[in-house]
Amino acid sequence: MRVTVRLFARLRDIAGTGELERDAPDGATVGAVWASLVAEYPALSPYEKSISCAVNADYSRFTSAVADGDEIAFLPPVSGG
Amino acid sequence: MVPLTAITMAPLDTEALVGALDTTGIGAVTTFIGLVRGHNLGRRVLHLEYEAYEALAVKGLDRIVSESLEKWPSVRVAIHHRIGRMEIGEASVAIAAASPHRADAFAASRYAIERIKQIVPIWKHEYFEGGDVWIEGATADPDNAEARAQALKIACA
Repeated sequence: MRVTVRLFARLRDIAGTGELERDAPDGATVGAVWASLVAEYPALSPYEKSISCAVNADYSRFTSAVADGDEIAFLPPVSGG
Repeated sequence: MVPLTAITMAPLDTEALVGALDTTGIGAVTTFIGLVRGHNLGRRVLHLEYEAYEALAVKGLDRIVSESLEKWPSVRVAIHHRIGRMEIGEASVAIAAASPHRADAFAASRYAIERIKQIVPIWKHEYFEGGDVWIEGATADPDNAEARAQALKIACA
């Protein structure tokens, strides 16, 4: 299956893009998608403990399964206001 | 019609925000406006650029409005957050709270800004004299009851 990955702020800077398409095996979790990104961009690794994730614009968890066509977002600590 | 919550590139209009609230039976309206500050952590700030995950950020603002209603059933809250480039002194966020009595309006307004800083996916990119840095605050987790309790505690202090 194919998913869209969205990256924001510093994560986007590290990857050099805010949006990527990725293949993922059936039954893959959000965490597996993150791991594949870290393999490609090792500088993302320190963010593992501090990021949040979202699936189709709803907050989610690393253990959640993803489906074909999902938009997976990884969010560094927020700083609005 | 002005929506109760919005993420917008346009300069914020506080009067329009207040106008978005139903003021039937209201005795007090508070407005909070967050401005771009010229100094941060000893650095002279030149300007800021705000970025958002808009689809989720609007849901975050809606959630804060709902949470406020849960806590203060008679208070109506509206929140607009601006994104994009902002100069020193420009408004980045505006919150309006209308209530029969002032205490709840002040409290709900304070609660809203604390929660924005906790759970809404918006990021500040600070350009200062000598460099630039992404500001990273709280790991966003709307289900973190401890964070929510902390925001309530600050609001009701």
